[in-house]
Amino acid sequence: MDEFVVTALLAGIALALVAAPLGCVVVWRRMAYFGDTLAHAALLGVALSIAMQMLPIIGVTLIGITLASLLYLLEQQRDLSTDTLLGILSHTALAIGLVVVSVLQANGQVINLMAYLFGDILAIDKTELWWMYAGVVLILAVYYRLWSSLVSISVNEELARIDGVKVDRDKFIFMLLLAMVIAVAINVVGILLVTALLIIPAASARLFVHSPQQMVFISIVFAIVAVTGGLFSSLQWDIPAGPSIVVMASLLFFASRLLRISRD
Amino acid sequence: MSTFLLQAEHINFSRKGKTILHDVSIQIAEQEIITLIGPNGAGKTSLIRILLGLLKADSGRIQPQKKLRIGYVPQKIVIPQVMPLRVYDFLTLSARVLFGSNKLSDEHVHAALKELDIDYLYAAAMQGLSGGEVQRVLLARALLKQPKLLILDEPAAGMDVIGQQTLYKTIQMIRQQHHCSILMVSHDLHLVMAATDKVICLNTHVCCTGHPDDVSEHPEYIKLFGSALDGLALYSHHHDHEHDIHGNVIESEHCLSCEYNNGEKIVHSHRPVNSEIKTAIVHQHQQQHEDDHG
Repeated sequence: MDEFVVTALLAGIALALVAAPLGCVVVWRRMAYFGDTLAHAALLGVALSIAMQMLPIIGVTLIGITLASLLYLLEQQRDLSTDTLLGILSHTALAIGLVVVSVLQANGQVINLMAYLFGDILAIDKTELWWMYAGVVLILAVYYRLWSSLVSISVNEELARIDGVKVDRDKFIFMLLLAMVIAVAINVVGILLVTALLIIPAASARLFVHSPQQMVFISIVFAIVAVTGGLFSSLQWDIPAGPSIVVMASLLFFASRLLRISRD
Repeated sequence: MSTFLLQAEHINFSRKGKTILHDVSIQIAEQEIITLIGPNGAGKTSLIRILLGLLKADSGRIQPQKKLRIGYVPQKIVIPQVMPLRVYDFLTLSARVLFGSNKLSDEHVHAALKELDIDYLYAAAMQGLSGGEVQRVLLARALLKQPKLLILDEPAAGMDVIGQQTLYKTIQMIRQQHHCSILMVSHDLHLVMAATDKVICLNTHVCCTGHPDDVSEHPEYIKLFGSALDGLALYSHHHDHEHDIHGNVIESEHCLSCEYNNGEKIVHSHRPVNSEIKTAIVHQHQQQHEDDHG
């Protein structure tokens, strides 16, 4: 196998290792749209990082914090529902991101917009791979520490609070983790398809599991299968890797649905 | 001072300009069963949520005993379908949060389930349980925390008479086995009285408080629940001797000015056995039915 294929595969697996576990919580807590918004805003984060010459992950995380705070403030007014607010924030952030990118390009920066939107897994180099795995280790370590409280919060926020879970703090930390996952995912599937890798493996796993832990493990397996299958079909048929990874994940999802129908 | 598990003093709470709790003070002593009654909108739930720390009172003081562990049983719980969760997972969850990573042993979980006669639910999915089963699971979950105080929100809501009787027996059992105090919210008057040491009658302010027998004769109480009492008061107390209206009841200025309007209606002489209770309720239901349909 060519070295760039190995690197790409390892990068894909890195994403699968974090996207699936966090995706389970996203699915439990109905945060899919929030994940999408965070992903769209990530383009702005990347653009700002390029402009200010810092690591993309920092820009993406900072934008994530800004977005979550803004959402929190807007939600206090109560006359607009969360999905409306997210729809507004999501597209506002994406539009500003596109504007900033074009301004940067006009000023002579070379930015491959398509790579950010749809990922460019084959272009990932060794250094980036190391950064990705550093991110994965950090994300999983925090996730492991937070596991009990994340499950408690997903089951019932009020009971979690009474049990002494630091609900607001842990929700905030989870949001940071999500922003970091998106930063990891940008190179692999791009910001427009990140949410797919968060929620599709988790949703596919639901049918086969009876406990939260099982759901996390099975969804990781599904995510790795999707990444691997998508990458190799991309090489085989010369189609873009990011979208084919997502298509592969979707195939698994619909297969699991068919299985469900045949079971009933 | 230290004999109280939890003291709330002069709690005021309002929302959107509406006073929900006005100068409410309550004390919960060790191994005491207290029932909080009051009409809808009386502030029962708000008070409970303030005691649990879920809401912040506008003014007043909450003083829990040091390291007071509170078990809470909500009226109902909705767990998202997408969340795979067995009874076992649900029960160990709070314990894991509380006691760190060394989770409870299976024996503890089994013992708690057995105590409530739901051992067979160990590996059942939470979403598939009936209302009564969910409540027992919630109770088991609260008990696994080894609480000093157990707070139950409307435990009898939606239960039939048999279910309620079993529930109150369970509550007595819990106090004896676990040596904990119990605070219940209820607007079911009938069976509450039998299982309680102290009744607090709440209607924004504390109308009256005391032993069930005393409270049931308190004018404020009768004013609030007068019509409901007509059919049901017959088994709520003894009344074969002369009574001081206020008895041991803690007097509030409001209460002193009340009329003792429904007085005669509650004069009855004995506590009937269970079958009579059922008959009485069935009878009342039938009557209502007939009234409704002419």
